[in-house]
Amino acid sequence: MFQAIDQIFVNLLRGFLGHLPEPIRPWAGLVISLGAILGTFGLLFGLTTVCERKAIARMQNRLGPNRVGPYGFLQFIADGIKSLTKEDIVPRSADKVVHFIAPLALLVPVVLTYLVLPFGRNMVVLDLDAGLLFYFAAGASTELAVFMAGWSSRNKYSLLGAMRAIAQMLSYELPFILSTIGVVMVTGSLSTVRIVEAQGPGDGWLAHWNVFTPWGFAAFFLFLIAAFAEANRSPFDLPEGESEIVAGYFLEYSGFKFALFFMAEYLGMFSSSALAVTLFLGGWTAPVSFLGFVPSWLWFFLKLGVLMALFIWVRGTTPRLRMDQLMDFAWKFMLPLALFLIPVVVLWDRVGRGWVGWVLCGPIVAAAYVWLGRALVGRRRIQLRTYRYASG
Amino acid sequence: MMVTQRSSDEWDRPAPVAGSYAFVVGDDPEDPGSLLEVSMGPQHPSTHGVFRMDVVLDGETVVKLKPVFGYLHRNHEKIAENISYLGSMPYTDRLDYFCSLTNNWAYALAVEKLAGISVPERAEYLRVILSELTRLQNHVCLAGFLAQDMGASGTPLMYGFREREKILDLFESLTGARMMCNYMRFGGCRCDTPPGWLDEARAVVDSFPRFLHEFENLLSSNEILMSRTQGIGVLGKDLAVGAGITGPCLRAAGVDYDIRKVDGYGIYPRFQFRVPLGEHGDTYDRYMMRILEMHESLGILKQALDGIPEGPIIDPKAKLRGFRPKAGESYGRIEAPKGELGFYLISDGSPSPYRYRVRPPSLVNLTVLEDLCVGHNVADTVIILGSIDIVLGEVDR
Repeated sequence: MFQAIDQIFVNLLRGFLGHLPEPIRPWAGLVISLGAILGTFGLLFGLTTVCERKAIARMQNRLGPNRVGPYGFLQFIADGIKSLTKEDIVPRSADKVVHFIAPLALLVPVVLTYLVLPFGRNMVVLDLDAGLLFYFAAGASTELAVFMAGWSSRNKYSLLGAMRAIAQMLSYELPFILSTIGVVMVTGSLSTVRIVEAQGPGDGWLAHWNVFTPWGFAAFFLFLIAAFAEANRSPFDLPEGESEIVAGYFLEYSGFKFALFFMAEYLGMFSSSALAVTLFLGGWTAPVSFLGFVPSWLWFFLKLGVLMALFIWVRGTTPRLRMDQLMDFAWKFMLPLALFLIPVVVLWDRVGRGWVGWVLCGPIVAAAYVWLGRALVGRRRIQLRTYRYASG
Repeated sequence: MMVTQRSSDEWDRPAPVAGSYAFVVGDDPEDPGSLLEVSMGPQHPSTHGVFRMDVVLDGETVVKLKPVFGYLHRNHEKIAENISYLGSMPYTDRLDYFCSLTNNWAYALAVEKLAGISVPERAEYLRVILSELTRLQNHVCLAGFLAQDMGASGTPLMYGFREREKILDLFESLTGARMMCNYMRFGGCRCDTPPGWLDEARAVVDSFPRFLHEFENLLSSNEILMSRTQGIGVLGKDLAVGAGITGPCLRAAGVDYDIRKVDGYGIYPRFQFRVPLGEHGDTYDRYMMRILEMHESLGILKQALDGIPEGPIIDPKAKLRGFRPKAGESYGRIEAPKGELGFYLISDGSPSPYRYRVRPPSLVNLTVLEDLCVGHNVADTVIILGSIDIVLGEVDR
């Protein structure tokens, strides 16, 4: 029974494919899976925008959208219709071809990254041996699209935004990838499915999620911070920086092209959150074995939801960093820490991954964090100040 | 913003006229086009109105910056010279539209000096209460806008606006308008408080410290805010004094100059309050000056609300209609939330002033913008501008 619910989508797809002639089955499977992914995450995108607006509104003593549909939850449909019917303006001096291609070039790699993400038990479109590598390869190519958008718009703010975006995304790509190396080393595989399976409860009752290890804990937060920067979300939203460079690289986009940018940003955010879930939070596995009856895809989306809530929460509460501080943080804090975690993983593996590992690795990671953090804050030369008052 | 790039063939900007605001960029023959001219504004989310900064950038570093204003010019001074003295009182509301009551007071003070009108006790107290409430709501919005310019997605701003609403409600129930109050008159105020108003005001004042404490906990020691503002846009003492900077910007540079203390206008000498002084003169100091001043304002408000006497609200001898002060001149100035707000009036004995001149703190404080911004980033420019605290209605008049 639980098995059936868990595998319901897999069996549906299999059953449907059984009616098709043999040669086209793999292709049909791919197309249907992709359609399902786009549909699911498209809907999730719409709902997330509404949830985000409502959550941030609550943080700001406002109500947020509450007119369209029950509690305003159909607002995203109205927004979608609006952006579809809006006039698409292309600046006269823009490079029209590149201007047209850029949003598509941004969206396609983002969608490609979904192919290797396991959404549940047996629910992965392509179980590649080098799945993680494929993810990073596809994900990294979004940077080109961002620069295409900024360059082709012939707008100085766009250009500044694109420059910032390139610098930021390249810098954060390194800790983004390096923080996952520990997971690959421990699992011994680049396949996302294998990584998830290795984190399952196995014979014991408690899951072996990578986040529950000293290096995994640090790597998870490194990964998450880099994911914030990759998704251009606050406090790393410099490429968009609406109070400085108005909207950055997509300033000159309107109508549906703008919506595509917006969608690509959210899909990118989902996909990097999904990867964080896959690598560190055990993917679709249950945290404890007696909760194994809950469908695996439900676990996955629950974890994804938690991470999305984190994204929204941070957006509502933090100011933005400056460019040099952002670079400082990436190159002088995150990158050394991510590199430092690699020998720690080796140590963790050699001493048997148990409590001995905790005793040895925990203080090392904490010390590295404290030391690098002190150095970072020290360079910024910030201080709490006390103020004097005029006499008399 | 002008959507153009220098090397483009479609570059259709008119040739720069000598002396105009257009910069010629990339003139260096050895390194042509390495600089980027960006016109920030007049439509820009963080120029606080229709204000423009012609910025020349090297990468993202500001090389040159020219503030361009005047988009909101409404001929305020000339209009005032053609209508009666009282007639321009509502116009003063529109100068710094965040702080209409302090504008009213500065103008009333100038006219009272000119005509030698005295103000009854209760009106003096009300003026102090209203102007300190104005200071509270101005400063709290400034802190919110500053965080907004730093990209805090509006949360601190909305916190500030929640408190501002309470103060605006007080203004509304007293004067009938939330922002354009038009409340003060020569020799007093327009109307007495409605029943229970003082208690409402006391409730607002009593609940304010709790908010301020929370606000400060969230912002003042925030690491991102500190690293974004400390050491940014340093305004030295000499430059500040030389350029005529006043208000919190001057005190952030460490100069002890508060007109409430210096002039002791109104009944300010009766109240106990301290003047906070900064040390570094950077953006963080300017921000903290506002926070600390709010604490002091609350102290003044408490004392004023406790001490306010009963009595007439306006000097019965002050004439509202047919008001013709005898020939002479006067300069009335107050410590407005943004700095020294002064009105200079020359009377020739006719019903309207011969000369009417406003000394707007926003405009004078804006003149050092380039000195503060050069060498910093575009992102810093925005927060430096935010920390100067301008309102374009006052800059352009």
